[in-house]
Amino acid sequence: MARRWILPVLLAVGFLLSFAIPQFGLLDLYVQLIIMYVGINIILTTSLNLINGYMGEFSVGHAGFMAVGAYVASILTVSVFPSNLAAWLFPVAIVLGGVAAGLVGLVVAFPSFKTRGDYLAIVTLAFLMIVKSVIENIDAVGGPRGFLGMEKLTTLPWVFFWTVLSVWVIRNLVYSNFGRGVFSIREDEIASDLMSVNTQQVKVIAFVTSSFFAGVAGGLFAHVLQFINPRVFDIIKSTDILIMVYLGGIGSLAGSILGGTIYTVLLEVLRPLGVWRMVLMPLVLVLLMIYRPRGIMGLREFRWFVPVRDLLASQLWRQAKQKEVGDASSAS
Amino acid sequence: MTYFLQQALNALQLGSIYALIALGYTMVYGILTMINFAHGDLFMVGAFFCFLAATVLKLPFVPTLLISMAGVALLGVTIERLAYKPLRQAPRVSAIITALGVGIFLENFTLALNPYPQHIPTLIANTTFTLGGVSISSLQIIIVVLSIALMILLDLIVRRTMVGMAMRAISWDKTVVPLMGVPLNLVISMTFAIGTSLGGAAGVMYGLAYPVIDPYMGIIIGWKAFISAVVGGIGNIRGAMIGGFILGAVEIMVAAFFPSTYRDFVAFTLLLILLIFRPYGILGKPRPQKV
Repeated sequence: MARRWILPVLLAVGFLLSFAIPQFGLLDLYVQLIIMYVGINIILTTSLNLINGYMGEFSVGHAGFMAVGAYVASILTVSVFPSNLAAWLFPVAIVLGGVAAGLVGLVVAFPSFKTRGDYLAIVTLAFLMIVKSVIENIDAVGGPRGFLGMEKLTTLPWVFFWTVLSVWVIRNLVYSNFGRGVFSIREDEIASDLMSVNTQQVKVIAFVTSSFFAGVAGGLFAHVLQFINPRVFDIIKSTDILIMVYLGGIGSLAGSILGGTIYTVLLEVLRPLGVWRMVLMPLVLVLLMIYRPRGIMGLREFRWFVPVRDLLASQLWRQAKQKEVGDASSAS
Repeated sequence: MTYFLQQALNALQLGSIYALIALGYTMVYGILTMINFAHGDLFMVGAFFCFLAATVLKLPFVPTLLISMAGVALLGVTIERLAYKPLRQAPRVSAIITALGVGIFLENFTLALNPYPQHIPTLIANTTFTLGGVSISSLQIIIVVLSIALMILLDLIVRRTMVGMAMRAISWDKTVVPLMGVPLNLVISMTFAIGTSLGGAAGVMYGLAYPVIDPYMGIIIGWKAFISAVVGGIGNIRGAMIGGFILGAVEIMVAAFFPSTYRDFVAFTLLLILLIFRPYGILGKPRPQKV
């Protein structure tokens, strides 16, 4: 416990590095781009993990929230904000993109009250197709031709900031009383309803938070790619995010970070294999699922993310368990 | 009126293809309570087997169909043994992710072996009849008739044979049935074989109706067929057939009477509304959860 100051120090160092790297060109531009993609994927993975991992639902529509955030943020920086102020108002654009995505998440939360499992997958999938279809029909944002003109406003410091913020917010959410409600819904929804957990409120807040951060990631993504079209945000993208979540480990923030990082980096590292990389990657995934069905980290969590109170509680529980076993063996 | 009838024919054609694929999803779900997301890609592989049989082996229609169905059935059973069997006791989500992974593997493997979209040669003489102002092509008739024949065959297998009885029994209670002397693994493999061969047949028919095939065509069609299976009530064979025809009808009719870019939007909104009012699908039974 005494070493808990390491994490804030690491974060501060990371923040400084994120400024230093582009400034002094410490890393190749390509590597910087990959790091930015890793950050965006981490935000996507942790936000989806809140719904799929911690709450145990099966939402397939995450790319739809990303699309809403991407388009709203892009429209703001390109058409609404005066162009000389665009760089300063970038965080506002991202936040508004996230808010728009959150509002859409609010709409998706309501069907989730009655449906679970496969039916919720259908509902979220249908919603994803609807979002994509709506964007394709709005000619003002380019429809199927896509939307461009964004400046490259996403920089390493911004990505770092938003990644840290999203992990921090979700971590705090998960280890609060609200978070216990989320766990209980995953374990047994009916029982938690009986135990006075307001499942509807919990679901709504979880969906809105998750979609907010997905929208944020979408906004960042749009401003690093500088071109977005509805085809980018289709079921394949949603599948990618799902894979990252389950690869890293459901119900584990460290797992999400790990899953997002490994997936993105592995895809880049295997690029020399050409088209065979996408043949190898799913094989690796299938093998992983067979031998480690809960993902790399499973439900375990990185010790520094867990609040001290929870760590102490699990330690006490483990000691009580050992004592129980010791008593039983000495009695027999 | 003739326009409507014309579109109704198109809807029948598309609907029967969706229904065949949806049957594969529903059969696997009924037995294993697992959604085989690789099914759409097996459909695509069926189309590619048809292409290979038609161009490399230069076979006519019926052997091509049989070879594609057999090939896809074999592939389906292999996938089940290698990828799904170890996960029967694992949490459901890992089975789903494995299925997604297998699907992506199939897509990209086909892409790696075959980077260009391919064109299936005409295997059925396509003559057009005109009946009261509506032009019907012989290909459409063959597709619809063949699909309905396959569905009737499936229904007979499931309701009248011992294997079918075993399948239905396993879908009711998976733990007790092996205790009664039913070879569980064999029946599951047969279910996969039958379900995936139907998907392969759908692939052949799709390839003949829309002759250009590419490795990524299974994704969207697969998800749409999955939706039709759920709309009909997943786990219910007749429901899958109904759901497939409903989705085909909705899609074609929306494209026919509204601007066609709204097709997906209206179709999926209607489906959402249907699911809100009947969340278990049309023929599905709500599974009450015991507390």
